[in-house]
Amino acid sequence: MDTLRFITCGSVDDGKSTLIGRLLYETKLIFEDQLEALKADSKKFGTQGERLDFALLVDGLQAEREQGITIDVAYRFFATPRRRFIVADTPGHEQYTRNMATGASTAQAAVLLIDARKGVLVQTKRHSRIVSMLGIRHVALAVNKMDLVDWSQLVFDEIELAYRRFAQDLGFETIAAIPLSALEGHNVVDPRHAAMPWYRGQSLLQWLESVPTEGREAAQPFAMPVQWVNRPNLDFRGFSGRVGSGSVKPGDSVRVSPSGVTSRVKEIVVGTGSIAAATAGQSVTLVLEDEVDASRGDVIAVASNPVESADQFEADLLWMSEHALLPGRPYAALIHTKSASVSITHIKHRLDINSGAHLAAKTLGLNEIATVNVSFDRSVPFAPYKENKRLGAFIVIDKLTNETVGAAIIHFALRRAVNVHWQALEVTKTVRAEMKHQQARCLWFTGLSGSGKSTVANLLEKRLHADGRHTYILDGDNVRHGLNRDLGFTEADRVENIRRVAEVAKLLVDAGLIVLVAFISPYRAERQLARGLFEDGEFIEVFVDTPLEECERRDVKGLYAKARRGELKNFTGIDSDYEPPESPEIHLRTIASQPEACVDQIVHLLKS
Amino acid sequence: MGGDFSLELESESIEIIREVAATAAKPVMLYSIGKDSSVMLRLAQKAFYPGPIPFPLMHIDTTWKFREMIAFRDRRAAEIGFKLITYTNPRGAAEGIGPITHGSAYHTDVMKTEALKQALDLHGFDVAFGGARRDEEKSRAKERIFSFRAPGHRWEPKVQRPELWNLYNARINTGETIRVFPLSNWTEADVWAYIRQENIPIVPLYFAASRPVVKRYGQWIMVDDHRLPLEPGEKPRTLMVRFRTLGCYPLTAAVESTATTLDEIVAETLGATTSERQGRVIDHDGAGSMERKKQEGYF
Repeated sequence: MDTLRFITCGSVDDGKSTLIGRLLYETKLIFEDQLEALKADSKKFGTQGERLDFALLVDGLQAEREQGITIDVAYRFFATPRRRFIVADTPGHEQYTRNMATGASTAQAAVLLIDARKGVLVQTKRHSRIVSMLGIRHVALAVNKMDLVDWSQLVFDEIELAYRRFAQDLGFETIAAIPLSALEGHNVVDPRHAAMPWYRGQSLLQWLESVPTEGREAAQPFAMPVQWVNRPNLDFRGFSGRVGSGSVKPGDSVRVSPSGVTSRVKEIVVGTGSIAAATAGQSVTLVLEDEVDASRGDVIAVASNPVESADQFEADLLWMSEHALLPGRPYAALIHTKSASVSITHIKHRLDINSGAHLAAKTLGLNEIATVNVSFDRSVPFAPYKENKRLGAFIVIDKLTNETVGAAIIHFALRRAVNVHWQALEVTKTVRAEMKHQQARCLWFTGLSGSGKSTVANLLEKRLHADGRHTYILDGDNVRHGLNRDLGFTEADRVENIRRVAEVAKLLVDAGLIVLVAFISPYRAERQLARGLFEDGEFIEVFVDTPLEECERRDVKGLYAKARRGELKNFTGIDSDYEPPESPEIHLRTIASQPEACVDQIVHLLKS
Repeated sequence: MGGDFSLELESESIEIIREVAATAAKPVMLYSIGKDSSVMLRLAQKAFYPGPIPFPLMHIDTTWKFREMIAFRDRRAAEIGFKLITYTNPRGAAEGIGPITHGSAYHTDVMKTEALKQALDLHGFDVAFGGARRDEEKSRAKERIFSFRAPGHRWEPKVQRPELWNLYNARINTGETIRVFPLSNWTEADVWAYIRQENIPIVPLYFAASRPVVKRYGQWIMVDDHRLPLEPGEKPRTLMVRFRTLGCYPLTAAVESTATTLDEIVAETLGATTSERQGRVIDHDGAGSMERKKQEGYF
């Protein structure tokens, strides 16, 4: 018997939880003790007077029952003689959209509830767009609370027409409009036509029993991301994973991406035995004929149709964090079984949830959707999400908090990465640096305003210059007068400020210079980004560690006083965070050491 | 739900178990000896075959488990050869805390929740598997498969990480942990159908047999040893009973049943009119009691 995973979604108070409670009740999935508890709860929290409040069956969190709303997605299970169902009841409030997306990402169909009295609302549209983005192709438009509009065909027809007009570009294969009353039980399980003789279609349950469940993955060529390399002893070496698409049998030729190595399938291990063929969705272990090198994050695919790899993509991104997306900032990402670092290089346009219009955007806020260009720090095997959900979806994770902040689906690879090769130059960085009798380096000074970054950097440059070294200083204030004069002090602008300076420093290091960068650079993620631009050993992070009280006491430029008076916004240490380095190459404690001693410390490290 | 088992569920669970092995620094599988743990154990064997299970199993022993459960546990560890860790809260043991003398709530808090947190901290486990299913209880229906725990093992139900597709965010900072539930999408009927299909050994208490019982809180409580106080003049009755769920013995009630084979158990489960957790005395402490326990660190 097959399983259908579906979601119920829609706006607040459309009756989603009531509908699921009704489905469970009428398919006899509610036990006597649960019914007893429901009766007690209905009296205590219920919103239906003397009647059973079915919503209380699914709203499981205390906060939900107290507030009478759904905060997080709840999974429920029921079955009919024809099919098993896993239903994700998702919240309607806009602020909990990420929980709705959680439920939708694994669903094959969506039941979109509409309150017959209210019609198509903004939240209906938001949910429809997310359902469409995540690749759900079958939608039931459940027009609920028909009892409250006197079972009016006119009302129903208008809603159906309005929705079909709205949804014509969303790529749904089926839209089944069903008038019902979850509270009264009309058209939920049995088609009941007495109240609505004008409707001759399926009940909601009949529709759920007949929606196609097979995904597009089954018909695609074979591909499986390697999840775990199983090598318990010298005699066995298998590649474990869940088949992402197509099917495979022993003897098939396969190719590993991105390495391109080929081999043949020798055996397919499932559990404690072998099987003759594996298909999309199965967890298996593949044993290959040859000793090939493949590891977690690689993809094994049919040799005649290998999986492509790329590092730059166009993708749709749903942002799920209260902290805005910052283009240029490195985030962690997980695509199938591959971990990588990504940054959003360009927001092409943000989607207006209501009208579908494309809007310009520099950043993305909570629950906003945009089409973006994204750059991975390495080449990853992928397929467009439309063809293969498993190979085309990735999540975006904040590197500091480890929160999941974004969900994205790949449209296609940007050819730029493939076609624009670096111009190979014969006069290299090493050659340039050797002519100057030095090793090119980037010394990155970070610390609070007034901590002494510029003082130490200036002294160091004098010392190096006297020693015959070729140097250059990039100073925060000076660069802001020229190259970065267009940037302010918001979080987004600070990220861009550092990105530009890091790129300039990289060019100067390439020229063979010893570059001293003196920037507050408050965020770990951006310093990490800067470090990532350089070769191993080239980047030296110098933490100028002066306590805030001391910086404020010195207040050389009078900035702290201004910030305290509220005349200066986003001032690091006052109303903007400073994230100290966790393991800097050099840690200068300026309270304990004079500037000259600090310089000695750096020179010592440079010489060693 | 004609007792068929869905292969998709098995594949999903194996994927989850492998994902933990691939990403966690020091994972452990909580083993409660019950039917769900038995299924989870079989899935772990399958996930890594022909290799061994690459993490230990841990049993939090409240000292009030049925004797047959402890015997079964040790027998399975010897047969399969997995690494078994057992842990009992030393404070609770020293103070002689038990469900009869101290009440079910306090006993569960000290001997299960507190003990579990101590054991996880003691060994430095960063990820712990649990056999909980979403169909068991309302707050469980809301929990993620990879369920993030703040330092101190607290669950914050209102701010769970989004969990899209089969992409599990396993990244944590020092002091944070993750509970992982590979059986999240299984139902009680799935568990029994799988046990039957795979012929998985389970504690004999799940099968009906003549056992000594007394009536407590309107439910049949088995007299497993001398620690259950009897009313003056009370004599245990011998009834054909079995357990749908197994916990601490005075806190888990038996049901009258004649099901002595897996087929009969599956048939009985499909026709059941009450939920399995009805036999769990602690769930009736009040609406939301499970959510509260979970927030405090209970599995």
